[in-house]
Amino acid sequence: MDNSKIGHHISEKFNKELEDIRNKVLTMGGLVEQQIDQAVKAFTVNDEELAEYVIKQDDQIDALEMMIDQECMQILALRQPAAFDLRLLITVIKIINELERVGDLAERIAKNALQVSSAAGKNDAYYELQHIAELVKEMLHDALDAFARMDIDGVTTIMAQDDYVDREYASIIRQLITHMMEDPRNITRSLDILWTARALERIGDHACNIVAHIIYMVKGEDVRHITQAELELKFNKRIGDDHSSDALAKSTV
Amino acid sequence: MTTQDVRSHAIDMSSVFNGQQDTSAEQNESCIKVENLNLFYGEKQALYNVSMDMPKKRVTAYIGPSGCGKSTLLRCINRMNDLVDSVRIEGKILLDDENIYDKSVNVAALRRRVGMVFQKPNPFPKSIFENVAYGLRIQGINDKRTLEETVERSLRGAALWDEMKDRLNDNALGMSGGQQQRLVIARAIAIEPEVLLLDEPASALDPISTLKIEELINELKEKYTIVIVTHNMQQAARVSDYTAFMYMGELIEMGKTKDLFTNPVKKQTEDYITGRYG
Repeated sequence: MDNSKIGHHISEKFNKELEDIRNKVLTMGGLVEQQIDQAVKAFTVNDEELAEYVIKQDDQIDALEMMIDQECMQILALRQPAAFDLRLLITVIKIINELERVGDLAERIAKNALQVSSAAGKNDAYYELQHIAELVKEMLHDALDAFARMDIDGVTTIMAQDDYVDREYASIIRQLITHMMEDPRNITRSLDILWTARALERIGDHACNIVAHIIYMVKGEDVRHITQAELELKFNKRIGDDHSSDALAKSTV
Repeated sequence: MTTQDVRSHAIDMSSVFNGQQDTSAEQNESCIKVENLNLFYGEKQALYNVSMDMPKKRVTAYIGPSGCGKSTLLRCINRMNDLVDSVRIEGKILLDDENIYDKSVNVAALRRRVGMVFQKPNPFPKSIFENVAYGLRIQGINDKRTLEETVERSLRGAALWDEMKDRLNDNALGMSGGQQQRLVIARAIAIEPEVLLLDEPASALDPISTLKIEELINELKEKYTIVIVTHNMQQAARVSDYTAFMYMGELIEMGKTKDLFTNPVKKQTEDYITGRYG
């Protein structure tokens, strides 16, 4: 794996410490992705055993969060990092916080799954959520990928994808309202789906936050709380410039 | 404090944001201006076309590896390099818009305006009082009242008065290293310079004395423009408003300290402050 951004310190031990933190964040990210995947599966096909497993696994995410936090704190205290190293550590502290909350949302979905399966008939599957689940998993995956690569090539598409997620969420709500109006007996089931859809939509928001943190890490520019349009303007102006030479090089080959 | 007080404090957001604006809209009146400075020690060039502005009543720190020219540049500001044989200097340094390398400049007068403190404290083998009064005495000022007032003001300014007021007649060489360094600073500010040049002022001191010197620098910048050379990057980060990174005789990057240490523009700066080999 390319580690040019965190390697090359005179202190080999410092390289290792940063590499180790990065790997732990990626491990945590992988675990969180798996949690979402399994929680959604447990919900859609009413798999109680899987839901229990997801709930249990959340402890590991929490433990990882605390461990990484601790290690970041130690490096801040002992090495007084600057510039990229400092931004990396601050970003890691923020990203693991986002990941931990995504983990909690996965746990939430798993708990919903338990509730649903005790109420519903075993063969009553919930396929409505599959598409939105796919979308947010992809967003989180791409965000973690960007963190692993430590560059922000194409990360705006992740944020753009959040618009699809929001639209999908709105459409699920409309669909559920229709169901509820058709027959009040659908209300319980509809609310269960609604809560889960809401959790998935929030995961998309966390993925966007992670992307904003990564942009700060790479560029040193705070892009939180700005609109997609403003962000893309910045990207076309600044970040796009960096890659124009690459593009030029590729086009001449 | 009543609950109401706490609440009113809690929602007083304007003060929070005002504080932020103040720092961004800093006054930037320049005190020292270096223009296209080249310096040669004989055949060897030590500074390459250095240009920079150092704002008034601010602390500017020079950082960079050994031999990068930061001390040389610092010593140019009060023409200490004149004392070195075979030095040739091209370019200008403007102090309050006046070129200090102009032929008409009186170097002794210049050095009264630009005080300097070195890495190792160098008090004279005299009493504490006489050390601080020295600058005035060589200017021919011997009035007892004036001397006493100046010594007290300078020692207070260098945060030494309370420790030393009962020992003014003791030999300065009996003081600790940290105290000696503050004494030397007191000696420098006794003649009320405009600029203080500090060449590694804390590198020979223990951590507590170092912190005292750093605290002192913070107080002194209300009155003086300060330029400091330091090998200790954390020290530069702590005490300075502006930081200049030099490498192989060139000024690579200069900017606000808080920007330079969080998001430097040049890769060389990044590599140096993060401890990477370039």
